[in-house]
Amino acid sequence: MSTAATANLLPEFERVSASLPGDARVAERRRAALARFAASGFPSQRDEAWRYTSTAGLARRKHSVAIDTPVNLARGRAALAAAGAWDGPQCVFVDGSHRPDLSNAVAAAGLRIRPFAAAVAEDGRIGERFAGWGGEELSPMISLNAAFAADGVVIDVADGAEHGEPLRLLFVMTADVRDRAVFPRVIVRAGQRSSLAVVEQYVGESAADGFTNTVTQIHAGEGARVTHYRLQDESPKAYHVGNLIVSQERASEVVSHSLSFGALLARQDIHIMLSGPESSVTLNGLYMAEGRQHVDHHTRIDHFEPTTRSEEYYKGILGGHGRGVFNGKVVVHQHAIKTDAQQSNKNLLLSNDAEVDTKPELEIYADDVKCAHGATVGQLDEDALFYLRSRGLDESAARALLTYAFAGDILGRLGIARLQKELAARIAGRLPGAAEFLEAV
Amino acid sequence: MTMLSIRNLHAAVEGKAILKGLSLEVMAGEVHAIMGPNGSGKSTLAHVLSGREGYEVTEGSIVFEGKDLLAMSPEERARDGVFLAFQYPVEIPGVNNVYMLKAALNAIRRHRGEPELDAVDFLRLIKEKAMLVQMDERFLSRAVNEGFSGGEKKRNEILQMAVLEPKLALLDETDSGLDIDALRVVANGVNQLRRSDRAIVMITHYQRLLEHIVPDFVHVLAGGRIVRSGGRDLAVTLEERGYDWLKEEAA
Ligand SMILES: Nc1ncnc2c1ncn2[C@@H]1O[C@H](COP(=O)(O)OP(=O)(O)O)[C@@H](O)[C@H]1O
Ligand SMILES: [Mg+2]
Repeated sequence: MSTAATANLLPEFERVSASLPGDARVAERRRAALARFAASGFPSQRDEAWRYTSTAGLARRKHSVAIDTPVNLARGRAALAAAGAWDGPQCVFVDGSHRPDLSNAVAAAGLRIRPFAAAVAEDGRIGERFAGWGGEELSPMISLNAAFAADGVVIDVADGAEHGEPLRLLFVMTADVRDRAVFPRVIVRAGQRSSLAVVEQYVGESAADGFTNTVTQIHAGEGARVTHYRLQDESPKAYHVGNLIVSQERASEVVSHSLSFGALLARQDIHIMLSGPESSVTLNGLYMAEGRQHVDHHTRIDHFEPTTRSEEYYKGILGGHGRGVFNGKVVVHQHAIKTDAQQSNKNLLLSNDAEVDTKPELEIYADDVKCAHGATVGQLDEDALFYLRSRGLDESAARALLTYAFAGDILGRLGIARLQKELAARIAGRLPGAAEFLEAV
Repeated sequence: MTMLSIRNLHAAVEGKAILKGLSLEVMAGEVHAIMGPNGSGKSTLAHVLSGREGYEVTEGSIVFEGKDLLAMSPEERARDGVFLAFQYPVEIPGVNNVYMLKAALNAIRRHRGEPELDAVDFLRLIKEKAMLVQMDERFLSRAVNEGFSGGEKKRNEILQMAVLEPKLALLDETDSGLDIDALRVVANGVNQLRRSDRAIVMITHYQRLLEHIVPDFVHVLAGGRIVRSGGRDLAVTLEERGYDWLKEEAA
C-alpha cells in the first residue's frame, strides 16, 4: 500500500505549530488530530464518500501554511472590494487571519462574537471542544482543520436573544503567497429560543491558487432558529473544502443555504444531527461549474428523534467540462418515528461535456415515516428555447434566461434581498447573453 | 406590395415529407385563412415559417419582404416582423411574462434602431395592450403561460402579438380551446390589430373563427399543397361539405 498523501502538511505543522493558538492541552489535541489525518491522508477515490471527487491535484500541491507571513493588506482590500458591499455587521479575514481594521462587528445584547484565536486563548474549553467535538470521524479533512485551525470566529448567542440582522464572515484569499493553505474554524452556539443569521462568504483574487479547509460547527439550542448562508466564490484556481456540522436540540429550526460558484475543486460536506424531537432543518443549495470546475456536495441528515423534519432542495448548473456531484444521505434512526424527510436534487447540463453524479441515500430504521426523494438531470427545454427565440431573443439570451430561471427559485428562498440581488448578478455574470435581460430581473 | 411569397415549398419532418409543393402569396394588409384537415401540415407550415429546427426544407423558397426567410434564424425573423401565435404555447416556469416580453420588444426595437423602453414605459404599454384582449393584469407578472388555461394561453399569444407589432402574424389554431366568449374577445383583439401594412395568416380547422375574423382569402391545405383558394364563401362550402371531396380531388 502506498503511503497516505499528505502533501507537505506534516512538515508545515512542525514549522508553525508553536504559533498556533491554544494552551498545551490544545496543542496536544492538534497533534492527535494531525496524526489521524496523517494516517489516512487526503481521501482517495476508493473511499465511497469521495468516489467521484479526486483530491489528487490537491495532494500534489506544496501547501504553505503561511500564518507567520505578514498579510498583504493592499491585496486583501482589493479582493474585499470585489466581494460586494455589506452595510451590516461583518468580520473580515484576509488569508486566514481576522482583520479587526476591516471588520465592523456589533456588540449587541446577548451576542458575543470573538475571533477564534482569541477565544481559544482565553477559554481552553473551546479548544477542547473544537478539537474533540467536531466529528473527526466524519472526514480526515475535519482532522486536518482541527490540527491547523488558527483563526475564525466563535459566536455565542444568549438564551432568548434574537438577531435578525445577518452577520457576514468574509474570508478573502489573496494571491500573495502561492499554494497558501488556510484553516478557518467557525463555531456558533445559539442558546434556547435565540435566533441568528450568519453569512459565510469565501472570495479570492483571481490568481489565488490556495487551499481553504474550513469547518463550521453550529449548535442550535432548544427552540433556537439559525440561518446559515455559505457563499463559496473563490478564484477558479482555488481548492475549497468545507464542512458544516450542525447539532440541533428540541424544536430548533435551522436553515442552511449553500451556494457554490468558485474554486477549481469545491467540496462541501454538510452533516445535520436532529438530536431533539420536533427539530427541523431546511437545506437549500445551488452549485455551478464551468470550465474544468468540480463541485461536490455531500449532505447527511440524521433523524435521531421523533417528529423531526428535513427538507432538502438542491440545484446544479453544469457547463463546459464542469462536473457536479450531489450525494444526499438521510438516516432515520429507529427512535425517530413520524419523521418527515423530503429531498430534491435537480441538475441542468448546459454542454455535452458537462457531467453530474447525483445519488440519494435513504436509510430508514423507523416505522411511520414520510420520506421522499427525487433527482433529475436535464437540459434546457428546446420548446421553450424556440418559443423565446421566436419572440426575438437571441439564442444566447434565451439560454441565459432559461438557465437563470432554473436557479431562480433557490434565489427566491434566500430571504435576504441584497444577497438575492448580488447572487442574481453573479449567476447572470456567468451566462453569456444575460446582459440583455438582467436589468429587468 | 408582396409581403410573403412561398414557392413550391417541400418540407419534411424526421424524413417524412409533409409539405409537397405549397405555394402562397400574401400582400400587406391582407388576411388569409388556411384551412385543412388534422395532420395536413398546417402547423408544419407555421413552424417552417418561424424557423423551427427539425423541419427540413427540401425544395422551394420563401421570400419575406424581398429577403430569403429560410436563411434567417428564428430571432432574425422575429425581429424582422414575423410572429407566430403557437397552437400549443409552451409553459416556461421561472420566466416572468413581463420580463420576457420586455426583453423581446427591446431586442426588436434595437434591431429597428429604435430606443429601448424602460420599465415604466413598458409597463404602461403592456397594461394598455392587455386591455385589448381583456387579460387580467395578474397574468402579466406570472411565469410565461405557467398554469394558464388553454384560453388564457391563447390570449397571452395575442397580447404578445399586440406588444411586438409584427408585420406578418401567423395564428395557428388560435381559436382552439376557446369558449364562445373568449373567442369573441380574442377575435376582437386580432381585428383591432388589422392594418394596411400588416398581414395575417390564420390557420384553423374550423370556419367558426372566420365568422369573427373575416378573411380576404381562404385556402385549403390537403396532401401537403394548397388544393383550392377562394374567398370567404369557400369556408362556408367546407363547413357544409367537409374536406373529403377536396382530398379526393387532390389525389
Ligand atoms: N415534430 C414532429 N415529429 C414527427 N412528426 C411530426 C412532427 N410534427 C408534425 N408531424 C407530422 O406531420 C404531419 C403534419 O402535422 P401538422 O403540421 O401538425 O398538421 P396540422 O397542424 O395540419 O394538424 C402529421 O402527420 C404529424 O404527425
Ligand atoms: Mg396544427
